[in-house]
Order: sequence, then structure tokens, then C-alpha cells
Amino acid sequence: MEVNEIIAIEHGLKKDEFKKICDLLKRVPNIIELAIFSAMWNEHCSYKSSKKHLKKLNTKGKNVIQGPGENAGVIDIGDNDAIVFKIESHNHPSFIEPYQGAATGVGGILRDIFTMGARPIANLNSIHFGSPQHKKTKNLLRGVVKGIGGYGNCIGVPTIAGQTTFDESYNGNILVNAMTLGLVNKNKIFYSKAAGLDKPVIYVGSKTGRDGIHGASMASAIFDDRIEEKKPTVQVGDPFTEKLLLEACLELMADKSIIAIQDMGAAGLTSSSVEMASKGKLGIELNLSKIPCREEKMTPYEIMLSESQERMLIVLESGKEKKAKKIFDKWNLDFAVIGKTTNTQKIELFFENKKVAEIPINLLAENAPIYDRKWKKTKLPQKLKLEKNLFKSLNLTDCLKKILASPNISDKQWIWDQYDHTVMGDTIQKPGGDAGVVRVHGSKKAVASTVDSSASYCYAHPLTGGKQVVCESWRNLISVGAKPAAITNCLNFGNPENEKNMGEFVECVEGITEASKFLNFPVVSGNVSFYNETKGKGIKPTPVIGGVGVLSDYKQILSMNLKNIGNLVLVIGKTEGHLEQSIFAKEILSEKKGPPPEINFFNEKNNGETILKLIEKNLIVSCHDISLGGILTSVSKMCIKGKKGIRINPLKSLINKFQYFFGEDQGRYIIELNKKNFDSVKKILDQNSVYFDNLGIVNDNKIIFNNDINLTVDELKNVNKTWLKRYMDH
Amino acid sequence: MKSTVIIFPGSNCDRDVDVALKKFGFKNQMVWHNDCSIPKSDLIVLPGGFSYGDYLRCGSIAGKSKIINSVIDFANSGGLVLGICNGFQILTETNLLPGILQHNKYLNFICKNVFVKINNKENKFFKNIKKNILEFHIAHNEGNYFCSENELKSIEDNNQIAVTYCNHEGSENEEYNPNGSVKNIAGIFNIKKNILGMMPHPERMIDSYLSGEDGSLFFENLLENF
Repeated sequence: MEVNEIIAIEHGLKKDEFKKICDLLKRVPNIIELAIFSAMWNEHCSYKSSKKHLKKLNTKGKNVIQGPGENAGVIDIGDNDAIVFKIESHNHPSFIEPYQGAATGVGGILRDIFTMGARPIANLNSIHFGSPQHKKTKNLLRGVVKGIGGYGNCIGVPTIAGQTTFDESYNGNILVNAMTLGLVNKNKIFYSKAAGLDKPVIYVGSKTGRDGIHGASMASAIFDDRIEEKKPTVQVGDPFTEKLLLEACLELMADKSIIAIQDMGAAGLTSSSVEMASKGKLGIELNLSKIPCREEKMTPYEIMLSESQERMLIVLESGKEKKAKKIFDKWNLDFAVIGKTTNTQKIELFFENKKVAEIPINLLAENAPIYDRKWKKTKLPQKLKLEKNLFKSLNLTDCLKKILASPNISDKQWIWDQYDHTVMGDTIQKPGGDAGVVRVHGSKKAVASTVDSSASYCYAHPLTGGKQVVCESWRNLISVGAKPAAITNCLNFGNPENEKNMGEFVECVEGITEASKFLNFPVVSGNVSFYNETKGKGIKPTPVIGGVGVLSDYKQILSMNLKNIGNLVLVIGKTEGHLEQSIFAKEILSEKKGPPPEINFFNEKNNGETILKLIEKNLIVSCHDISLGGILTSVSKMCIKGKKGIRINPLKSLINKFQYFFGEDQGRYIIELNKKNFDSVKKILDQNSVYFDNLGIVNDNKIIFNNDINLTVDELKNVNKTWLKRYMDH
Repeated sequence: MKSTVIIFPGSNCDRDVDVALKKFGFKNQMVWHNDCSIPKSDLIVLPGGFSYGDYLRCGSIAGKSKIINSVIDFANSGGLVLGICNGFQILTETNLLPGILQHNKYLNFICKNVFVKINNKENKFFKNIKKNILEFHIAHNEGNYFCSENELKSIEDNNQIAVTYCNHEGSENEEYNPNGSVKNIAGIFNIKKNILGMMPHPERMIDSYLSGEDGSLFFENLLENF
């Protein structure tokens, strides 16, 4: 087939990009070469719209072993242990085919982790759906949850935390972000940089089929009415094969025969082979006739673009082939020597003894287009004047009940009951806490992890929103007693060719960067997902932050559950009563305008570090950060989880009770302590200039405030637990 | 005491049960599914997971695996065999235990703590456990125990019901039956009571920082009874 501009455009390339390819090659590419260019130059693989801004991210830190640019980031957690982690999106496939899309999202991120030599120890996910009333939402939610569970449960990695939100901006474009953490000896990490000439290139894992062809370019396109036609671009997951691949790879890695290893993820064999060669500044020669194929008569074009799952590409030390093959035979997996490294600095493909493609590697990687897209700043919205009358008709109990039963606050147990969260025997904080926590197997340490996002804040003011998400992640880690270590980010945005969407991206990244610098909380890995748009409507900007923290002694873990009757409950941090963009504004006042709460980095850091001091000295028995829904929502959750009540003290604050209880000011926590420790706690808080309020005293089973609230914890629990279950059952 | 854990491709609780057995003093060894013989053991454990992907029917391919004949011989000669979760499914597939395990009633995977009542203590698995109700943990998609009426009668006549789902006070209402099992059955014995298959995972309940500690009672008792 003769390649021309029309065919290039059908492959997702732009006119001028096709021209650039012809100029660089000094000829018109053949169809296989065009396919390779289109795969490598699309947004998903090339980061062409985001690269310029991602360079600004704060990626350095004392504990960082590997920052962005590898299969995943790596941090040092002491005693030769390192944690490998990353978050990745699988949004487009999950909207087209929720079960397989979500399942292969989990499979893909797991491979990124064990490719580096780490055994996966925890999965997390951040999933976002359209309005509950939208006709597709229920089925999408059911399919995504089943897909995540189906994959993670089978491979035997616990799903320890997650986040689920509903917002109409996701009606036509749901988000499915999956994160995995793995544990590795810091001296035995594997990378994707090829080295050495004439080294055998090995293909292992599943056979190659026709599934997922054009998956990466599909992920870089916007949706229209014809999305059903895109179903064949969604890959099909096989967690059993992945489990075998995991064990086989780790077995091979125990010895020193691997030079480089890379999973075949987006754009399959194309991107894995090009990336390995590019990083090693080498050439690579592949004989496509040797690829194990699942279907008959597959063409080189199909082979190069297939996104069949559970496959890896390895550059092996010469002479180690036999030994390696034995391991893959044991695990019943395909193993084929399909090529070698060369000094040509080209990718050269052969099929049936003919050369079918030849492209200099640098044209695919370094010479890929980089765009400096136009973007528009978002002004900080003006604060709203909330008239007193607005609150007059409101009743605190009704507001609390309505908020606890609202989709984004309601209990998500229906979801996480379907995820195996206890396999591997080290989960010490299950889903439903501030962060999930797993022990580092066989040691005193534990690792905490959380996924967070605040699309409404980011939509109102991207810069503040970007800062806020990082701070929330930090707070969630502190709340379980972990020292925050590093983050990974999944940047879900609309169309970068639209100035407003691009501006949201640029400013969120800026916010993330500022917060991550101030908190010394570096970004070590991540992923960008643009074009989350259907029929011209983009999603709210949704950067998702995956935070990781470390507990040096797992016995110091704290939960949010209220513990003992008679204990004191304090609010840490000052409450100003910021209601704009809050759950209260949305659910009770139906008000969507106004700025998100401000971020004060100094207070954020100071309050968090002071809480850690209290935990180290064993002065507090429970802790919970205050986020969506404010103080009353947070303390209600502590009551529900701990099966205890609280008598709340009369307010001393000047703001009204609705502002006090539902305001979403940042940098705050609720802590519980034994009365006898109050003086020591107060002393530490005072020494560190940390503001606190006496919220109340723990009681048996009632939440009481003046004459406004008198509810049993069971009532609260029912209100909080029923919404999702009822929604899914009907 | 020597124990052996069989690893099938797709097993994923093999390490967890190995950790638990060793913690309570067993000398445990792992045996790969393609091996033909099992070293001298006092107890064989078939662990949880998704053997061979469970793509056909849970446990069915493992029930025809190379190693399984040695397990059957060991069981028939009176050796203790414990099947947990997928292990229970495998034991029903080999006919060492009666009945089958179907999809959970509400068709969802379930991972949560449950209470089970010990129905029969005249056996090595539960003999000296003082409590009658244990808090255990389940994590499965196909744990809905089913058998014919004749089989059920024979199971009951021979006191083969090991543990049943209940609430913390022992009530066996349908409400406390997480997966739709006949008679709330969570685990059963063979007639001789040397084989136990159960859906709950005691190995996930072996210290207070995990989901609970009642699994410790189970393993401590097992060791004591040798």
C-alpha cells in the first residue's frame, strides 16, 4: 500500500507531522514504518504536549533512587529496601469496555512494577464516574470494579486503598487510574536501558494477537458517537498468565542474566523495542517471523501495533538463553529469541527473510514533535458573600445526614468488599482508612499509600487545586502515622489543543510542583492522559496524586476509629469556615461558584510534622484528616468506624456553626487522646505554634451538639452506608 | 511436625500459609505441581488462589494435575489434608470431599471478616479450640457450597459439617450467610475427618495487626494435636 497524507491522518498523525516524517526520512515511509511513527509520536507515548511542563516537576530528593523516565519511580526506605511505584490511566479503554479496560489497566501497572525487579505488594485505584443519574454510570461502575477485582484478586496482590467520585463532567469520559507498589532490594533493580552489541533480544509471555491494535492512538483521541466501533482496540486481560509471568521474571532476575527489560504496554512491541534501544543509544534488529502469534497470518503491521497483554521484551546476556528458557518453560510461557542489539542506531525489522522497515531510532524518540501549546490562565474566582438568611432555614442534623448520604461522601464498602485486600498477609490498614498500609514483609517497617484528587477545586482554580491534592495526600499519610516520602501523579485532562484545558494542565502542574517542593515530597513517576473529552465536552481537570509514606515501626500505625470513652477530641489547625467549592455548598446550597480553600504551605507542613511528633511519643490514639465535608463529616466517620459517639463542646468560634462544621479549610486534622496526655499534647502544640480547638469528648454511642444534633452512631452509619449499596442493587 | 504446601500455577496464598505454618512451629516445605511425589509429611495444605487460572471450573484442572494422585494416596492412607479456599474447591473436584462450590449468590467477589461456628470438635483440626465461634476471613468468588439432598443427609449423618457461617453470637440466619451456601456451610470434612476443606483463610488472621487473631487458635491447635 502506498502511504500518503490521508493514510497518515487516519493513523492519528497531523498533516505537518507527516511532512516532518518524510523530511526526516528523506522519503515516504512504508505502511509499517508509518504505523511505528504514529505509535511513537502520539500523545500517549511521546508526551508531546506535556513534556515542556513536566520538566518543571520536583523530581529530586534524598530518598529518590529513580525519578520519572523509567517504567516506574523508586525510593529508598532503608535497610537496602526500596519501593517501586507508579500510577497510570486506562480511561479510554474503560469507557469503551469497562471490565477489560479496568482489568488491563491493573495488569499494565503491575507489569511496570515487576519489570523493575520488584514484587508487587499493593494495588490502589482512583476511579471517577459521571452523575449517578446518567444512564451509563451504574454499568460502568459495576464493570470497572469487577475488572479491577478480577485482575488484582487473581494475581494475588492486595488492593489496599482507593477513591471513587461521581461528577457529571465524567458522563462521557470516565477515569480509571491504577497504582501499584512493589518491594525490591535496592541493589537489584532492573532498568530498561539496553547495553552491549549483539545481545539477544528475547520475547516472553503471552502470544501476540490482533487485540489492542491502535490502542495507544485511541487513547490519544477524543470520543464521538462512533466509540462502539473502537471496542476491538481494547485489550483483553489474562491475570493468570500475568501471575506466571511475574513469577518467571522474578525467578530469572534472581540471577544476573538480564541486561534490560521492558514490558510491552502501550504501542506494544514498537515502543518497548524503540525505548530500550533509544535509552542504550543502540540499534535493534527484530525478526518478526519469530514472534509467537496467537492468530494465523498476522502481518508485520499488526505484530508491531498489537497491544496483547502479558508480554515482556528482554535484552539478555549472551549465552544465557538456555537457562532463561528453562525458567519460562517451567512456567509454561512462550520464550523466543527474536533479534539482537546492533550498532546501527536504527530499528530494522525483518519478515519472511525480507527487510520490511528501517528507521533511525532518534527520529522516533528524540526527534518526536514537542509542542509548546497555547494556554490560558484561570483567574481566582471571587469569594462569595454568603448571606445569613441562607442558613436560617437549615438544620444541622439534616445537613449532616444529607452530606453523609451524598454520592461522594457515602461509604464505598460495596466496592472494596469486591477487592481482595488481605492476600499476602501484611495488610494492616484496609481500604476505608485515610491510607492503606502494608507491612514490609518480614521487617518492622510498613508502607502507607493513598490516592487523592479534588476535581472541583482544580476546576475552580487549577493552581490552588494542584497544590491542594499534594497536601491532601501528605495529610492522609500523616494520619496513619507514616512519614510522607514521595508521590506519583496521573494527570487526567481534556483536550490540550484547547487553550483553557491546556491552561488547567499547566497550572495544576505548577501547583503540584510548588507543594511538592515545599513539603519535600518529590514526584518520582507518573502518566499524562489528555483528550478526556466527548463531543467537545472535556472533564474537569483531575490530577490524581498517589502518595507513599513509610512507618519505621508498623506498630505505630494509627487509624481514624475513635477508641475510648472519655477521651478528648481536638481539631488541629485553624477553622475559618471556607464553604465555597465544598460538599456543603454543592449538596446543601446548590452553589458551584467561588474559589477553593486556600493553601498555607507553612501551616500544612508544620501541622503535619507536629502530628507525627505526637504519634512518635504515643500521645494520641486516633487521627483523621479533615477534607471533604469538613469537621462534622470527618468526626462522624471516626464515630462510625470506631463505633463510639462524641459530645461536641459549644462553639467558641465567631463564624456560624455551618461554616465551622462544614468549612473545608486545609491543613487540619482531628485527633483523639487520653485526658491524662492533654498537658503533654498541649505543650507540644504550643511549642510548635499549632492552633487547636477542643472539639469534644468521646462517649458510648451518640453524637451530640447543643440542641442541634442528637443522633446514635447506628443512625449515622445507616445513612452513610446505604446510598451506594441501594444505588447498585436497584 | 512436617507440613507440605502444594503450589499450583496460579496459587497465590502459598506464601501466606507457609508463613503461618512456620510461625506456629511446623517444618514446612513447598512442592511444585509437576512433581510426582511428596516428601514425608504430617499435613498437606492446598492453598488459596486461582490454580491454572480457574478458567474452566474452579479447581478442576488442579484436580487432574500430576501431584494430585500423591495427595489422594496420602489422604486415603489417613494423612491430614487441609484445603483452603481454592484448596477446598480442588478437594471437591477430586471427590475427596462431597459437593461443589458455585458462584456466590450475589455474583460478586467477597473479601471480609465473617464469624463461623465450629460444628464438630471430634477431630484434629478443631479438637482443643476453646471457643465455639471464630472470627475468620473470606476472599472468594465461588464459595457457595452446594450438594444434593442425599449428599447433605449423608454429610449430616456422618457429622461432616466442620464450620458454618453465623453472627458473633452463633445465629445462623440467612443474613449471616455471605455467599448462599447450603446450610451456611463454610467448611466440611470427609467421613474419617482427616480431610478438611473450608472457604475461610485462617492464615490471614494470625496477629492482632491483621484482620484478627482467631487463625492463630486454629494453627496452634493443629500443632498440639500431633
